[in-house]
Amino acid sequence: MATHRNTRPTHDTSGPYLQVKDLKVSFPTEDGVVRAVDGVSFSVERGRTLGIVGESGSGKSVTSLAIMGLHNRKRSNVSGQILLGGEDLLSLTDEQVRRRRGRDMAMIFQDPLSALHPFYTIGRQIVEAYRVHHDVSKAQAKTRAIDMLDRVGIPQPAKRFEQYPHEFSGGMRQRAMIAMSLINDPDLLIADEPTTALDVTVQAQILDLLEDLQREFNSAVVIITHDLGVVSQIADEVLVMYAGRVAEYGTTEQVMRGPQHPYTWGLLSSVPSLHGDADEDLLPIKGNPPSLINVPSGCAFHPRCRYALLEPGPSDTEVPQLLPLLLTNEPGHRVACHLPERQRKEIYENEIASVGVAT
Amino acid sequence: MFRFAVRRVLLAVLTLFAVSVATFSLFYLGPADPASTMCGQRVCDPATHERIVEALGMNQPVVGQYADYVRGVFVGRQIGSGDTAIDCPAPCLGVSFRTREPVTDILKRTYPVTLSIVSGALVVYLLIGVSLGMLSAIKRGSFLDRISVGFSLTFASMQIYFLGLLLTFFLVWQTGLLPRPQYISPLESVGGWISGMLLPWITLGLINSAVYARLSRAQMLETLSEDYIRTARAKGLPIRRVYMRHAFRAAVTPLVTIAGLDLGTQLGGVVITESTFTLQGTGRAAVQAIFQQNLPIIMATVLVAAVLIIAMNVIVDMLYAVIDPRVRLG
Repeated sequence: MATHRNTRPTHDTSGPYLQVKDLKVSFPTEDGVVRAVDGVSFSVERGRTLGIVGESGSGKSVTSLAIMGLHNRKRSNVSGQILLGGEDLLSLTDEQVRRRRGRDMAMIFQDPLSALHPFYTIGRQIVEAYRVHHDVSKAQAKTRAIDMLDRVGIPQPAKRFEQYPHEFSGGMRQRAMIAMSLINDPDLLIADEPTTALDVTVQAQILDLLEDLQREFNSAVVIITHDLGVVSQIADEVLVMYAGRVAEYGTTEQVMRGPQHPYTWGLLSSVPSLHGDADEDLLPIKGNPPSLINVPSGCAFHPRCRYALLEPGPSDTEVPQLLPLLLTNEPGHRVACHLPERQRKEIYENEIASVGVAT
Repeated sequence: MFRFAVRRVLLAVLTLFAVSVATFSLFYLGPADPASTMCGQRVCDPATHERIVEALGMNQPVVGQYADYVRGVFVGRQIGSGDTAIDCPAPCLGVSFRTREPVTDILKRTYPVTLSIVSGALVVYLLIGVSLGMLSAIKRGSFLDRISVGFSLTFASMQIYFLGLLLTFFLVWQTGLLPRPQYISPLESVGGWISGMLLPWITLGLINSAVYARLSRAQMLETLSEDYIRTARAKGLPIRRVYMRHAFRAAVTPLVTIAGLDLGTQLGGVVITESTFTLQGTGRAAVQAIFQQNLPIIMATVLVAAVLIIAMNVIVDMLYAVIDPRVRLG
């Protein structure tokens, strides 16, 4: 690997590299205020992967774009704290955030064909990503770019360097985009549905690649997906989002094997299992994702929750808080639900654990 | 690329053939009687009529006349017969029915005027239109944007003869800020050429720039919402770089096509502009020829316009392939 100078200032290396505290993102529109993200907190340490799961409209992508500072300040309201290496990105100027973008934090997107500029060669786009943050010659940048293309598993990298995005296959394009985002050794990589547009076999390769690269670069990775299979394969921690809020948060083991939020149960039951009974119906979650302009009062999930009426009470008036578990020893596992913990465990063991992929 | 060029040339020849046949036919199928028009008498007496017809070569069958015409273009021919015959070397586009002036001379006289008007206006409307459009897309919703939309609406709805006469009245006659619009060959005096052309350039330029401002604003807005612009920002590129290198090149591609085709049409003759400023350009000559039933001039201007439009089509296609690597000419 060609050497390159690290031009970043030294960070505060204690604690998680990324800490998001009470992030709120809203968009004032003609129809009303869209509350896309409504009080989300999480953290990611170096070398760990956080999977953010949720339906379309849950606020996953808006969260990641807020971290990168890619929202139009004139058309959005972002509040809370986003600590990257100890620095609050929301207190910095646009220019200061821009300098960190691509260098300290990088993002890869869902559809690499539309995310790469069709008129420029891959090589040129990667070199550009490098030279904007490092003062090097074109030749040096080219060498590094070809190294990265090789590192992400693209055969004949020197030849591919001169080719256009439309000349690549889907998997290779995504690899190229990964190369482009990692070329500056960012400490945080956000992957927004990186495998959704790819074939399943290619998907596995890309996820393996991301794991390898994380081990090598020791970066913090946030992977946004609606695919629970991806989460279980690659994520260390899971954040389940619904209607812009956190429903459940914990390690993958905790959330996948012992979920305690009705929404998470719904997600797990909705996924067809290879081992399940082929004649049995799938159990989808009834209803539709809520409007983010008129978020349901109280718990945002209550209109669709099968257990909302079990506990007559605050489902439709109070927003449930994200609280840690008291009865089980699962440190770090937090759930935002009005159902009492004992009841949740019972419901899970009796009804959910025998259906769908939870088995 | 070679096959592309060969195919297009063949297609061009075919098109020109079709255009010339159509023009010829339309002329003779219509109530054409140029001999009577040129008679000079209210009711033409048969002898004079016959004499004029013979001098024009119109006593031959139409197909024969067409064949003569085509032959003339490639090889040259003799027009008319006897002592009134005119020697017309290749490329022979005939002689004016009225003045017997060789059409090629007429074109050589009128064409530079049209070319001057169009080229200057092109610079004006592309520069103003595209930059205004791009800027208003970038600053959508701002005061500048609103002004530019208003500007576009106003000028796109204006007529050349209205704006031209208005500007002539105020800028030339009332205030004397600009000199009288006229054509002075740049070979004689570059200063004179520019000052004479300023008013047509401004008029045609302003009106067309409104159209291009609208177009480029729409294109730029669409481009700015593309995923690759988000990627460019995510890489940490300064916003100006994103606009100039990434957005502009993508937004400008369809504009190149439109501008090229527009140019091709305009080069055929900007009749209204020429008439408004009384400039003796090709467009005006063509319209006059139609009224005078002056077939050779009509044919020549139609063919020249067709050649230019076809050529611009080809150029625009090739340019597109240069800008957008996904388009391959084969």
